[in-house]
Amino acid sequence: MQTQPSELCERLATDVDEAFPELVGAHQDLVFGVALRVVHDATSAQDVAQDAFVRAYRALKRYPPERVRELRLRPWLARIALNAARNEVRDRKPLAELDDEATTLTDAAAGPVYIAERNDDRRMWARLLTQLPDRYRLAVALRYVDDLSYPELAQTLGRPLGSVKSDVHRGTALLRAAYDAEQRAAGAREAAS
Amino acid sequence: MKTSSSAAAAAAAHDQDDTFVASGLALLRQPAPAGMSDAILERVGLVDEYVKVDGPIGPLFVAYGRRGISFVERADTIGEAGDFEEAFRATFGRPVRRVDKAPELVRKIIDARLWGTGAKSVKVPVELDQLPSFERSVLLKVLEIPRGEVRPYAWVAAELGRPLAVRAVGNAVARNPIPFVIPCHRVVRSDGRIGNYGAGGPTAKRAVLASEGVDIDELERLPNRGVRFIGSDTTHVFCYPSCRNAKRITDAHRVPLHSSDEARGAGFRACKVCRPVDPPFRAAVA
Repeated sequence: MQTQPSELCERLATDVDEAFPELVGAHQDLVFGVALRVVHDATSAQDVAQDAFVRAYRALKRYPPERVRELRLRPWLARIALNAARNEVRDRKPLAELDDEATTLTDAAAGPVYIAERNDDRRMWARLLTQLPDRYRLAVALRYVDDLSYPELAQTLGRPLGSVKSDVHRGTALLRAAYDAEQRAAGAREAAS
Repeated sequence: MKTSSSAAAAAAAHDQDDTFVASGLALLRQPAPAGMSDAILERVGLVDEYVKVDGPIGPLFVAYGRRGISFVERADTIGEAGDFEEAFRATFGRPVRRVDKAPELVRKIIDARLWGTGAKSVKVPVELDQLPSFERSVLLKVLEIPRGEVRPYAWVAAELGRPLAVRAVGNAVARNPIPFVIPCHRVVRSDGRIGNYGAGGPTAKRAVLASEGVDIDELERLPNRGVRFIGSDTTHVFCYPSCRNAKRITDAHRVPLHSSDEARGAGFRACKVCRPVDPPFRAAVA
């Protein structure tokens, strides 16, 4: 992938404090999302995301300007968030939960029926995702929920591009199959009743 | 042949799965919670602060960040501190935090600007990045007008090389986000009227100027008689009436002048400190 020094990197290299608020604004959804993919609840994810940005800030202060200029910000931040989230999970007691990721978000503009359907869909996709084998789950989620490109994903996970791609492909195929199975089962239930 | 077509079919199925799964999983996207970025900036120490200080015509809220002083409002006008915080956020898109006491350097700068204490040449860092560049250059120019002196809008325009942009200068000055520190009260109309004032109207403007020792009656009297400049018949230099060099001219040697043409015709040259100029279209104004 082309390493294109972004304008934001350039400004971070010149003056971290000046550009850092913009970095947070531009990438907080990604960092929060990556954290959420690992810790699974919004409160911990917010703590992890904050920690990740504080680490990023310290690193930017420490790095020489040439290095900051060369950074690919999205995968760099995603990786910091991922590490912070893994530390958090490792340090805490195992919990039984896993699927409260699909919280009941409300679309203010949409009608109640639409919201209910969306929330049903959301819950279903969250459940299907949780049921994926570990090996595929994170890669698929980072690719499609957090919208990392394959090269960004490879860099975030610190693994070769090819292996990351094949994990996403297999995970996607499994998800699709699980979805189809679910639809068939639902159809069968409806027919039976 | 067969294998390649089945491979193509498999690839197509793949793409279909990708799109389908991608749109399903996109439902799980969730934005970062409100307030998260504020908390982060707070933790790394990048949140601006503000203090309440006494000003020449009542208390002021003064905000500052690492780039300098960024926002000033009269506490009487804006009301609650919360309103100031809201206004700050609306302008800069980031939070500001109240503190009891500003750091020493900031305090010195505020005191120097409001009360004329300390070294006159102290550099005043101000944050004006949010403004269009012309407005920014207007306000930086206004920052140079010395305490106790006034300059016309036309002077600011001329100094910026845009002598006809008097109205644009007026608009920029009226929107000054840092009144008192950037002394927009020292910018007056070319015809000698005191002009309007964003931070409380003409009455407030008079009061601020009076607190700096400006003789407002004198300031208004001269232009009423058509006098714009004061010359010295010993040095043959002409100035704006409030220029420190004009104030040094003793009564016996003061020469009232109506225009720079008249002044130059009579052998005067323009003061290098206040750099007096005629307003544009002065025939029309007169």
